[in-house]
Amino acid sequence: MNEKRPKHLALRHIKFPLPAIVSGLHRVSGLLLFLSLPLLLWLLQHSLRSIETFTELGGILQHPVSKLFLTGVLWAFMHHFCAGIRFLAIDLDYGVKLAQARASSKWVMVVSLMLTVLMGVRLW
Amino acid sequence: MVNRVVTGAHYGLRDWIMQRVTALVMVTYVLFIAGWLLLGSSVDYDAWTGLFANNVVRSFSLLFLLALYCHAWIGMRDVVMDYIKVAHLRLALHVAVILALIMYLIWSVQILWGF
Repeated sequence: MNEKRPKHLALRHIKFPLPAIVSGLHRVSGLLLFLSLPLLLWLLQHSLRSIETFTELGGILQHPVSKLFLTGVLWAFMHHFCAGIRFLAIDLDYGVKLAQARASSKWVMVVSLMLTVLMGVRLW
Repeated sequence: MVNRVVTGAHYGLRDWIMQRVTALVMVTYVLFIAGWLLLGSSVDYDAWTGLFANNVVRSFSLLFLLALYCHAWIGMRDVVMDYIKVAHLRLALHVAVILALIMYLIWSVQILWGF
């Protein structure tokens, strides 16, 4: 085969199907969760250590920056959780057909965003 | 039958299973904590520390975190392997992730047994 044959990638017209986007976001959200681990552990530590640090934490979490951070973590968690359950189901041969896989990837996006908004509203 | 020469380090299936087992451990824990938060009326300091002071919950929490760190290792290793093409940078990142996760594990024990 001629390795040097010309390629034409119509980048403006190529679109990932939704399952591919969900899969990519699964990686992105996993990476974000990994990076936020030290802050999350710090939060757990301060929530448990003493009544003083527990109360102090309540004040820190009122700050818009921490609320923004927590909302981001919340979405990453919800998406990783929902998409992960979808992958586990696919491993067990549920929803392997193309139409089902497309539908379930749409559900992952909708449910994880809805849960983020639902809990985000309580947070803010 | 094709006589295939099987090569590789053979850690693929082991890690694949590991990723799913740790996921199941974490789902169980998350549902437990979510249920506790939803059923309990208000979360004050006494209720919160009371939950984690229970030895079963404390051990379950450490099991969850251990599963999380194993899961994170496999995930981060795959991401680094896929996107970092420079060998020495890739190795350095692998080592950094491993060291960070071991530190987190030590920290987790200190958090859970230190109040």
